[in-house]
Amino acid sequence: MSAFVEITDVTRVFGPKLTLGERIAAKLGGNVETRAVRAVSDVTLSVRKGETLGLVGESGCGKSTLGRAIAGILPPTSGTVTIDGAPVMTDGTKATTRVQTVFQDPFASLDPRMKVGHTVAEGPIAHGLTTKATARRYVADWFERVGLDPTWVERYPHQFSGGQRQRIAIARALAMQPDVLICDEPVASLDVSIQAQIINLFLELTRDLALTSVFISHDLSVIQHVSDRVAVMYLGRIVELGPVSEVFGNPVHPYTEALFGSVPKLVLDADELVQFETIEGEVPSPLAPPTGCYFHPRCPYATESCKKVHPVMEPIHDNRSVACHHYDAILGKTLGD
Amino acid sequence: MSDPVLSVRDLSTHFFTRAGVLKAVNGVSFDLARGEIMGLVGESGSGKTVTGFSLLGLVDAPGRIVEGSITLNGVELTTLSEAELRARRGREISMIFQDPIATLNPMLTIGQQIKLAIDAHERVSPRAAQARATELLTQVGIPSAAARLRAYPHEFSGGMRQRVAIAIALLHRPSVLVADEPTTALDVSIQAQILAQMRDLARETGTAMVWISHDLAVVSSLASKLAVMYAGRIVEAGPTARLLRDPHHPYTAGLIASLPAMAKPGAPLNQIAGSTPSLLSLPQGCPFAPRCTHASRQCTTDPDMTQQGDRQWRCFHPLGQTAKEPA
Repeated sequence: MSAFVEITDVTRVFGPKLTLGERIAAKLGGNVETRAVRAVSDVTLSVRKGETLGLVGESGCGKSTLGRAIAGILPPTSGTVTIDGAPVMTDGTKATTRVQTVFQDPFASLDPRMKVGHTVAEGPIAHGLTTKATARRYVADWFERVGLDPTWVERYPHQFSGGQRQRIAIARALAMQPDVLICDEPVASLDVSIQAQIINLFLELTRDLALTSVFISHDLSVIQHVSDRVAVMYLGRIVELGPVSEVFGNPVHPYTEALFGSVPKLVLDADELVQFETIEGEVPSPLAPPTGCYFHPRCPYATESCKKVHPVMEPIHDNRSVACHHYDAILGKTLGD
Repeated sequence: MSDPVLSVRDLSTHFFTRAGVLKAVNGVSFDLARGEIMGLVGESGSGKTVTGFSLLGLVDAPGRIVEGSITLNGVELTTLSEAELRARRGREISMIFQDPIATLNPMLTIGQQIKLAIDAHERVSPRAAQARATELLTQVGIPSAAARLRAYPHEFSGGMRQRVAIAIALLHRPSVLVADEPTTALDVSIQAQILAQMRDLARETGTAMVWISHDLAVVSSLASKLAVMYAGRIVEAGPTARLLRDPHHPYTAGLIASLPAMAKPGAPLNQIAGSTPSLLSLPQGCPFAPRCTHASRQCTTDPDMTQQGDRQWRCFHPLGQTAKEPA
């Protein structure tokens, strides 16, 4: 299958607003960029048509920033994102309606003063997918599709629970008839039983509508459940990429291995004393990332070369790649088991 | 079992709002032995946090403990004056919260805050307080502790702040610590560090814990027994592993089955239909009945708690091999 969404060398830097003096100093070659954060650093990635790519990592790893760059909400500092060959953004503005986003907080993503039916109809009317005359019917159909009562279009957001609001947010995104759906932590703020409802809805809709999607989450079990392939991010870089069953079954990057080890598992054996496998230390500040491999200060496999040379993504075989100098050591270990 | 350090009987905490009486906690009972960790799990609005607040006497108007008793080290807490409660809070029972940024005072250094916590219950020299604070921070895994005492909370990461909050809560070696989702706001790698540390600290100090969480996996790795809350009451309780392996209440079973880890990747998850009822207008009888696939006409009356060995459940139609339907 060929790549549908192409992300090429995307970097996003967040810098402070420079004062006039600093701007002049910068022009004259002064060093004023030191406070800039590279939220996403040289990410190259592709999403195939119809697949769900999981994007996983801890807070501050750049997964949401990357998601926003793919969604055409945030222009990358450098690099390009294309869907089916056409750029998502031109001159810093979104150039397509083919990609839509569902956000984490269904309380912030719906206008509290607008009837939810209007919120959902606004985009499709503006882009000629429906007309004012037929909008009501159009929206009601989408409501039904996401499991909401079509008569609820007249209600306001505060009349809905968190799970229902997330359904409305999904209806709003899908009513634009996108080819690509970006889901940024869509279930993180929901209760477990409601989370299951929304995940099932997502699985059903992506299958029935043949959507290509990027699913961002910090929750490994959710990612494992919904994704076809998964990309693991650490401090703005992708460190491991591959089919979800292979990455979860056999992680080869030391960070992925340690991250999976940190996740508490449901303990069903009373005699078992859980050994927490902990990664030492904390994620370094993105303002002052370590030299070489960003993970080396916390990595049990780190050697001198890791402090100096930043490892690039290398293919292990057809569909897996990893950014690590010592992945063969872990690969050998897991294969030897 | 030896005498419990904490014993809660029929605790009910209601909020008297303009919209009506909100029954946040509705007849909760449990015992906690010395050094024991109990997981209190439930979804948002199930009453687990209000239960925790009630234990420390921290429920503010319009809320009030309307019924029940809380006995800590043999002393009834619900009838104590605010001053008497204050003398116990932090010394005999303490609490850590989900959001450590809200717990710590942004205007004081970490050292000053620890000193305040020491002074609240003991008289020590500044030098001794300093030494104690350094020791505490080292104990919870904060590197170069002596220097960090001069830092302000904003200079600490989320994980570090939570460690400070834990250090302060355990300062006077309380008999009971109420932990309200203390790792929910943290990343998994930091969460694992803190869970490991809490378990060790509990063992060293003999502090018993009520660990409040919505995350079954977190609780299962820490707690020896579990209580599952739904709509203000405990619907099932028992030893952790057996309860999770063989749940008797349909709500517990539904909750476990809806975890993505319990399903084949990509397959539909087991979902509980509907959503939690409003605490202002609970359905008559069992509050879970409207969402329950096993509900019958009998469920319009309120089921009592059934006790069988160390397992308890509040259901007319319990599941599992070990539960038998009451006659």
